[in-house]
Amino acid sequence: MRVRPRIVLDRGARWSALVLAAMVVACVSVPWFAAGDPLAIGDVLGLRLLPPLASDHTGQLHLLGTDRFGRDLFVRMMLAGRVSLAVGIVGSVLAAGLGTLVGSIAAWRGGWLDRVLMALADALLSIPRLVLLLVCAALWEPGLTTVVVVLVATGWMGVARMIRAEVLGVTSQPYVQSAVALGVPSWRVLWRHALPNALGPAIVATTLGVGNAILLESGLSFLGMGIQPPQPSWGNMIAGGRDLIVTAPWVAIAPGVALVITVLAATLIGDSLRDRLAGERVTGRRDLADRA
Amino acid sequence: MLARRIGTAALLFLIVVSVTFALIRMAPGDPAAFLVPAGASASEVARVRAELGLDRPMPVQYARWLGAMLRADLGASLGTARPVADMLAEAAPVSLALGTASLMLTFLIGVPLGMLQAARRGGCIDRGLTVATTLVYAAPTFWLALALVALFTYGAATLGLPAGWRLPAFGIRTPGVQLEGWAAVVDVVRHSVLPVGILAAVGAAGIARYARSSVADVLHLDFIRTARAKGATERAVFGRHVLANILPAMVVLFALSLPGVVAGSIFVESVFAWPGLGRLTLNAILARDYPVVMGATVVYSAAVIVANLAAELALPLLDPRREAA
Repeated sequence: MRVRPRIVLDRGARWSALVLAAMVVACVSVPWFAAGDPLAIGDVLGLRLLPPLASDHTGQLHLLGTDRFGRDLFVRMMLAGRVSLAVGIVGSVLAAGLGTLVGSIAAWRGGWLDRVLMALADALLSIPRLVLLLVCAALWEPGLTTVVVVLVATGWMGVARMIRAEVLGVTSQPYVQSAVALGVPSWRVLWRHALPNALGPAIVATTLGVGNAILLESGLSFLGMGIQPPQPSWGNMIAGGRDLIVTAPWVAIAPGVALVITVLAATLIGDSLRDRLAGERVTGRRDLADRA
Repeated sequence: MLARRIGTAALLFLIVVSVTFALIRMAPGDPAAFLVPAGASASEVARVRAELGLDRPMPVQYARWLGAMLRADLGASLGTARPVADMLAEAAPVSLALGTASLMLTFLIGVPLGMLQAARRGGCIDRGLTVATTLVYAAPTFWLALALVALFTYGAATLGLPAGWRLPAFGIRTPGVQLEGWAAVVDVVRHSVLPVGILAAVGAAGIARYARSSVADVLHLDFIRTARAKGATERAVFGRHVLANILPAMVVLFALSLPGVVAGSIFVESVFAWPGLGRLTLNAILARDYPVVMGATVVYSAAVIVANLAAELALPLLDPRREAA
């Protein structure tokens, strides 16, 4: 019988989950209901750089003001959130998936394959992730797919190391050895016994990875190597407000607030899950290196 | 043991260098095509390719590049034709100063904050600091930098703060002014407040989060109870026993936070226009100046590997229990 851990989040994490859900709903729905196309550039001179809560000459209220092309900042921010959230979640889940695959293969096969894979992981971990990201992003055509691929390519190592240690730890347990002795095929031992035990740390790493991936995507986009305008992302919106920071600070500040709220919520949920699921096995150490 | 560890680190470095080489060579496009003027003939391109050795077989290119690199010859920049090693050496002191100052502040602020939180676990101070550190931790460095620039320029002007509060937002020195002695130092310090402060704040937030859980783990151990039962003051408990026990973890953390400092300095140098390694790397990446990109990656990775090795070697000195293990 498999015992499923009951996951009860603490109060902070429940609030965070609520905030995150609200952010997702807002990002999906707001651009739908918005008047006008958030990417279209209209009456630039009449509409540009309206401060927050200002109404334009047609009486349309702009909750967070407008950017330099007179586009509504709030609607664009929510549209950008779709991209940033999707990149963060997909990038993190795929990276954790690849890490789980590599880690379990390394532990399961052992021998030279294990040594080669772990040497590669260690080598990639020795290059600061942002540098690795920038190099990869610069080598290929910038855009959504590149960002996700690069996030996955540079994000699997930590999870792989952890899963490998988990699987190796489980493999020495008597119940696994008796399963092997009973003649259970090794892939089945891996699937039924080793991996479920490694699931907790993997989930925690994925959750904490979402925040990191969003931060890294925004960093890449800020530096011009991520999501390319006119498609908005939080990072390139902040970049767009960079030279206006002294005259119209809201253009750069607003998308950053959305970003901080999202990453904060994801981090708090990850922290809470870590306390409950993973104990000491996932430390905060790698986070330090991963953030943008 | 020592030789083995150094050997492992050297091997790791070799793999990193090879991975970098492979990555750069996987790049689409011909570096020679970047170098020749637009509309150059095919023979012109071929001549440049031969000059750069790009027409040789890949293993030969790799061996030549590796051999040159081991002699500290990182090649010449495609953009400026200057030796990459010189460019890196020029930029390194700026980043080194930025990194050292912010790392020191990071630990001087982060560790005591984490200890304070663990000592008051669950209380108002702990919860307040947890929110604050997680908030700073969740904010991207470049956005914090921009927000603070707005605060100290736009904000300071709007609020009518005295001129001394308006911090310079860009560069290391005030351009066009020859300052002597003390005034020059003050000028550099005023320019450093925001970049160093931001890197230190972001770093300290991460360290505090980590130190808090490390201290909390130590606090419920037997020897702490013994120390308290002996009548040791809280000050002695924290200053002696707790600190001594989290020190090894903090040293490891010091090495592990280096990549974060690198990442942070790339953004900070970019926002504040500091002529350091980060900005050099970024500009090289944007200009596809591959020799500079490779050189910078090699330098960064070497720093990370050396820091990890140093932490690993320092551990037994700080924690005698590890000697036996």
